[in-house]
This record gives sequence, structure tokens and C-alpha cells, in this order.
Amino acid sequence: MYKENIYLPYLMNIERVTEEAPFVKTFRLKFANEEEGKQFTYKTGQFGEWSVFGEGESTFCIASAPTREGYIECTFRQAGRVTSALASLGEGDQIGFRGPYGNVFPIEEWYGKSLLFIAGGIALPPMRSVIWNCLDLRDKFKDITILYGARAVKDLVYKQELEAWKNMPDVNLHLTVDPGGETPEWKGEVGFVPTILDKVAPASKDCIAIVCGPPIMIKFTFPVLEKLGFADNMVYTTLENRMKCGIGKCGRCNTGSVYICKDGPVFTREQLKGIPAEY
Amino acid sequence: MDDLRKKAKDLLESQAVNVIIGYGEGTSGAVRAIFPRKAEETDKLIYDDRCTQNLAVYLMKHEIKHMEKKGIVATIPAMRSILQVASEYQLKEDELVILGIGPDGKLVDIPGFKAMEDYLATQDFGIQEDDKAILRKIDAMSMEERWSFWKDELSPCFKCYACRAACPMCYCTRCFVEVNTPQWIPISANEIGNFEWHLLRAMHLAGRCINCGECGRACPLEIPIHLLTYKMTEDVQTDFGVTAGLKADMPSVLSTYKLEDKETFIR
Amino acid sequence: MDIERKLIKRASLGKLVEQLRAEGKVVLAPKKKKNVVFFEPINTIDEMSTDYIATTQSPKAAAFPKSDRILKFENGKEGIKFEGQPTSVYPETVVLGLRPCDATGFDSLTAIFNWDYKDQLYNDRLAKTTFIGISCASCDAYCFCTSVKGGPGNTHGTDILLTAVDGGDFLAEIVSEKGKKLAVSGQQYFEADSGADKEKFLANVPVKFDVDTLVPKAQNSFESPVWLEQSLRCIGCGACAYVCPTCACFDMQDETTGSKGQRVRCWDSCGFGLFTLHTSGHNPREVQSARWRQRVLHKFSYMPERLNVVGCIGCGRCSRACPVDMNLSEHLVNLAEA
Repeated sequence: MYKENIYLPYLMNIERVTEEAPFVKTFRLKFANEEEGKQFTYKTGQFGEWSVFGEGESTFCIASAPTREGYIECTFRQAGRVTSALASLGEGDQIGFRGPYGNVFPIEEWYGKSLLFIAGGIALPPMRSVIWNCLDLRDKFKDITILYGARAVKDLVYKQELEAWKNMPDVNLHLTVDPGGETPEWKGEVGFVPTILDKVAPASKDCIAIVCGPPIMIKFTFPVLEKLGFADNMVYTTLENRMKCGIGKCGRCNTGSVYICKDGPVFTREQLKGIPAEY
Repeated sequence: MDDLRKKAKDLLESQAVNVIIGYGEGTSGAVRAIFPRKAEETDKLIYDDRCTQNLAVYLMKHEIKHMEKKGIVATIPAMRSILQVASEYQLKEDELVILGIGPDGKLVDIPGFKAMEDYLATQDFGIQEDDKAILRKIDAMSMEERWSFWKDELSPCFKCYACRAACPMCYCTRCFVEVNTPQWIPISANEIGNFEWHLLRAMHLAGRCINCGECGRACPLEIPIHLLTYKMTEDVQTDFGVTAGLKADMPSVLSTYKLEDKETFIR
Repeated sequence: MDIERKLIKRASLGKLVEQLRAEGKVVLAPKKKKNVVFFEPINTIDEMSTDYIATTQSPKAAAFPKSDRILKFENGKEGIKFEGQPTSVYPETVVLGLRPCDATGFDSLTAIFNWDYKDQLYNDRLAKTTFIGISCASCDAYCFCTSVKGGPGNTHGTDILLTAVDGGDFLAEIVSEKGKKLAVSGQQYFEADSGADKEKFLANVPVKFDVDTLVPKAQNSFESPVWLEQSLRCIGCGACAYVCPTCACFDMQDETTGSKGQRVRCWDSCGFGLFTLHTSGHNPREVQSARWRQRVLHKFSYMPERLNVVGCIGCGRCSRACPVDMNLSEHLVNLAEA
């Protein structure tokens, strides 16, 4: 719905709260105004400004897949003023949402190819949107491989969904935790994401790699992908920078002349090589 | 000035320091801080009546802090700032070489913190007469008059934080005004928020401010913000007999408790 | 629209102000307090200062106030109610006495606030504002409008431009439809043009650099050592940004009293260390040299590339306001000659 005041949020009802990991929660949200909900559309990779009235707005991605209609979801870690306030809310409470903003993962361009998803820690949410989107269109793609790592077992988010992906015969799921983060019952890998990637060594032929994670993980994952033969234009990632407006005005998120809010948040490795690393 | 340049040159040549923090010619008749890192650049150093900036502020700046050994052209306020900041464990004696400047503008030999303490003990630190006059005028005002005086002065403030940035004692990487869990004071520049910001800043400087007046000089809107901290300095002097920036190992006056304190709440 | 030339006597200008006030318009004009000049509401022309090169504060607050309400909300028992700031309450405003450079500053703001998403708060304030500029009869060493394609008598961006000519009267150039409307409603105060040679009454502002040479150099200067050299003395305050007529960076904050509150947009500065700090503690612009580079390149590289406008009007306010003599035009000359 077109709003004259571009900073006005939609009012959202919290339908369901899922505790994902310590300090990490997922909200399933429905539009308080049904009409607004009907007209709302988004694509995978986009983000929004989520607000608690009285505390302010916080920027993070839409974690649900657009193929699942009728609601949107967000996953956040309780860290600052707004996310702490969000964490204190429960089912039936209301929050604000502005969006969708930013560019998208070009899923249609990937039809007929294999997909390799690599995520670390709390960076699974932006990936979860695109993973479900692609799984819902499963016959459009060849092999689908997911490599997800966290510091410790307790920090793995979307545990139920990880179980579901594990049980899908046409998904290769590799879970890993950092050395020392394993429990006696842990059956997955132990090691940092780049190391496990090197070990699993998925084929790069006709394969798109999508990487989301903390800067340090990305830094060490890219060279492994290069070694495995992934060309720069076949590697996608999504960037985060501090934002206030989300729409190219507040002046905070640019890296050189590229605005993460408007030109991103989705970039190929090839694009990243052409811009300053102010992220 | 030749003495100053020679000493700075020697220090850089002998690699006793990596940088000199000093004054040089600026634009439109202004002077500015310069940072010679090569011996031949010391020719640009100057000192005259225009050199009022308290250069101690740069000792706390990330880029310069990491230059390790520093020489600094230090006027009396800068020396006091250095001692005060050192007493707060933010500076070490061996990272600094002082190129002291006396009230007559001449180079003073200050071979270490002890020498600086001894030198400062011989100096007077009066504030300017016109500032003194306004302080006495404010003292004589009623509460309502004071409120309206400060409301009038503070309302144009747009929170550019030049006062904070110019102050050697405001070295916190996250100032209380930026702490947001909880948000103590409003971010936007409104009437109450401006009061809260300036009064709280003055409180944070009570017993620490050395009256250099840099905050007031830095203000692009000429708000006499230094009067607030000057007043705190007077009060701390009257109530506790303590003057900031005279010793390198002075405990913080407002967080030090003694059994013989006249207040009873602590016992 | 063709520019129409008229004459307005100094006394008539005072009467025009009175008429505008009588019509309910807010008239903002330079007012002096100590050595600082602000745009503030006036009732009569006597309150207006004429003793300024450029005002200390730019007139940008007329369309982009330092703190501006976006919405109001109330957390009640039946849920949350909120409403956007109605822009119909914004007053009709006349800004009198801004300089030709100031008027062009709104080009930058308009480009930023309308980049794909149209910012109603800004646009509606601007639409209700009429600019009566006054040409510069003098300049100082900080002025460099002529280096960024402006000039002391440049009519662009003003609705009416006044130039003080012989005998203290003003040549009035009616530049825009808004200006024409104002001149028609106050037509009794405007007289026939005396044919004065405008150029004779304008300051001579020397050109310091060629902006067409500078912009491509700036676009290739990200890794240059000049940023660190220039910014070592920068103490990281926001004075330059807050007096700047084109700086538009802002923060958004919620302010509450009890269960009610408002969301406001307030000025912010890319020079502040915490401006880009992530919640994780990571800061993409960790040091002042990176922040100084952002400030200069935003205006001279990113804005020309993305918005087709140079984000600087050469008013020199940043350099006058700087407590540590960060002189922008000096640094730009360095960059142009690098």
C-alpha cells in the first residue's frame, strides 16, 4: 500500500514466538490491517525496519520465504535497545514494520543449476528465506547443499527446520560447530565453516554459492570457494551496515558510492571486488 | 620559537619521539594543530598568542595514540590536562616528551611528570575576568533567572558535540549521551534534552575539568558552556579543597571516600 | 520563466515583511546574537541583521529542521495507535536574506530526499517556503561559491533575488512562479526597474579550483594518503555537518512520555565515531580519516555519481565553524592538484 509518509510503518500482530537459541527469537507476524496484508509483496533477500513504539527501529532481513503466504517472519538476536524491547514482547503484542527494502536474490536466474548455501551463526535467517523459497520450487534446481555452522550446538538456530532439511532425501545438509562447541550427543561436524567446506568440497560446475555469515567467516570462505572453482559471479552474499531509513537518505550504510540499502543488500563477489570495503 | 623548533627537531632526529603535536600557521590568520613526523617539518612549528587550543586532546585520539612516543607542545592548561588524564590511567609518562610553554611564551624544561607537578605548583591558574564576572552575575540570580539565562543560552544548541570533542577529559569511546540501553537522555536537540546533555556533561567533569575553556571556544554557536564546568571547579575547590590536574597520581575527588568526610550517608 | 526586474526601496521591503506577517506567514531572517547569526522568525525588518557574510546556521532548517516529528503514537490497552505527522500544519514561510549559495543548497537536499522514495515531510515544508535571497556585496576568505558553479548574484534557487544597488534600494529579480505570486500580492511595494548594473554591486569571489577537474579526481581518491594527512587534527565533532546547508544525514529516535510518544528525525553527522558502529562492535569507519573521507567524497564523488549534483555550494560555513581550522576549500585545492 502506498504511504504518503515514507517512514510510516505497518502495524503487525505477533502471532507466534519461537525461541531459536539463547537470546535469539523468531516472530511470525500478521498485518493488523488485513487490506495492507493482501497488497503486501516481497522477494527473498529483502529487509525491513522493525520497530517497538517508544524504543525505535532496527534493521534486519525478512526471514520467511515469499512462497509461504499470509505472514512474514523475522529472527533477531537480543543485542541493543530495540531488539531488547522486541525480545520482551509476546504473542498478541504489536510491532511496527517498514519494508520491503533493498534488492533480491535473483532466483529465476539460478533455475537449472545446483545450489550451495553456506551460513554461519545468526546469519542463517536471510539464508532461510532463500532456502525455503528454493525448496518450494525444488524441481527447478539440481543438487541442493546446505552447510551451516555455529559457535556451539546451543547456538544453532531453526533446530526444527534443520531436522526437516536433514530428513529431505534431495537436500545435503552439513552441520558444524566450532571446536569446543560440541556436546557428547553431537553427530555433526566439528570445525570452522571454511574447513568443513574444504572437506565436503561440493562440485562447482553449474553451481551457485550463497554465503551469509560474520565478516571473518566470509573472509576465509571465499578463498575456499575460489579453490573449488566457483567464479566470482557465481558467489552471492548479503551485506549488513548500520541503517536508519533503509531507503537511501539517512547517509549511514554506503560503502563508497554503493548504498547497501538500495543497491544491496545482495551482492555477488564480483560486485564486492569493485567497491571499497566499508562494511 | 627557535628553541622550540630545535628541541622538536632533535627529538625527531634522535627518534626519541615519532611525532610532535604542536601549533602551525593555519588559514585566514588562524593557527592550527600540526603533527611533524620528520625533522625537516619542525620548521613549521610556531608559538604565539593565537595558540590557545589545548593540544592534550590529541593524545587521546585513536590515530595519534597509536603513534607511540609523542612530543607535545604543552601550555599550562595542556600540562594540567596531561596530569589529570594520567591520574585517570589513560596516559603513561614514558609515552610522552613535554615541550613546555610558560606564560611568557618561552620554552620550559619539563623532564617528566614530577617536574611538571613542581612547575605547576609555582603557577597561578586564574580564569579570565569577563568569565569571572558572568559567574558572579549568575550566582546573584534567582533560580528563575538562572533557568531563563541558561534556557536562552542552550536553546540554539544543535548537539554537534564540539564541546565534547575539544575536551581532553572527554575521552570516553561511548559517551553517556550515546548509551541507549536505557536511553538516558534524548538524542535530538530539544530544550530539555539540551539542558540534560550540558548539565550531565558538567557533572561528569566536576573535579576533573582544568578550566582550559576549550569547550566554550569550540562551540560554533558561542554558547558559554565552559561556565558550567568552571562553576563545578569552584564548587569542588570550596567543598573538597581539591584542584584537578596538579598531580599524576591524584584520586578522583568525587569517587573517593574518607572516614572524616562531613557527609554521613556513606558511613 | 524569464526573470523580471523590479526595484524595491528599503522602506518598502519593511512594509512587505509586515504584509507577509499580516497574511499569517512566518518570516525567517538573519538575527544576530553575539557574533552568531541565525535564521529566526521576525515581525519587523528592524529585527533583521544585515551584518553577515554567510549566516552561522544555514537556512536548511526551513525544510529540514534539526528535530522533526515523523509520527505520534500511543501504547494503549487496545493496542497501539499511531498517526503520521500531518504536513498541513506546516506554516507558509518566507526565508528572507539567504545568500545565492544557500538557495542552491536545496538542490542537494531535494535530490537526497527524493531519491526514488519521495520524502513528504521535506517536500511539503519546501513547497510552503518562498526564498527571498540577497546577493553578496562582500565575501571572505572562506567563500568559494564560484568554484562550484555558483556566484554572488546567482539567481538559481531563489524565488526573488534582491541586490542592494545605489542609494540602498534593491534590484528585485523575480525568478520563479512562487516569487511572482509574492510580488503580485505585494505589488504596491515593487517599482519599475531603475536599470542598475547588477554586476557592479556584487562581491568578487575568486575561483579556487575547477570542480569539473576535481570530481573525477575525487572519484579515484579513495585510497589516497591525503585523507589521513588532512584529518589528523580533526577532532570528530559535528559542527561542520550541522552548519552545512547540504548535509542531510539523520537519525531516527523515539521519545516517550508515559504511554505516549513520538518518532522524530534529527540531524546526525558522518563525522561521529559511532555513526556507522554495528551492534556487534564492528565499525566500518573505525578512524577519523575514514570519516573525513566520507564527508568529502559524499559531496564530491558519490552525490555527483548517484544524484547528478555536487553536494557543496561553497558557502564556507563548515570552515568558519570548525574549532580546529579544517578548511574545506584548502583541502579541495589539495585534492584537485594531487
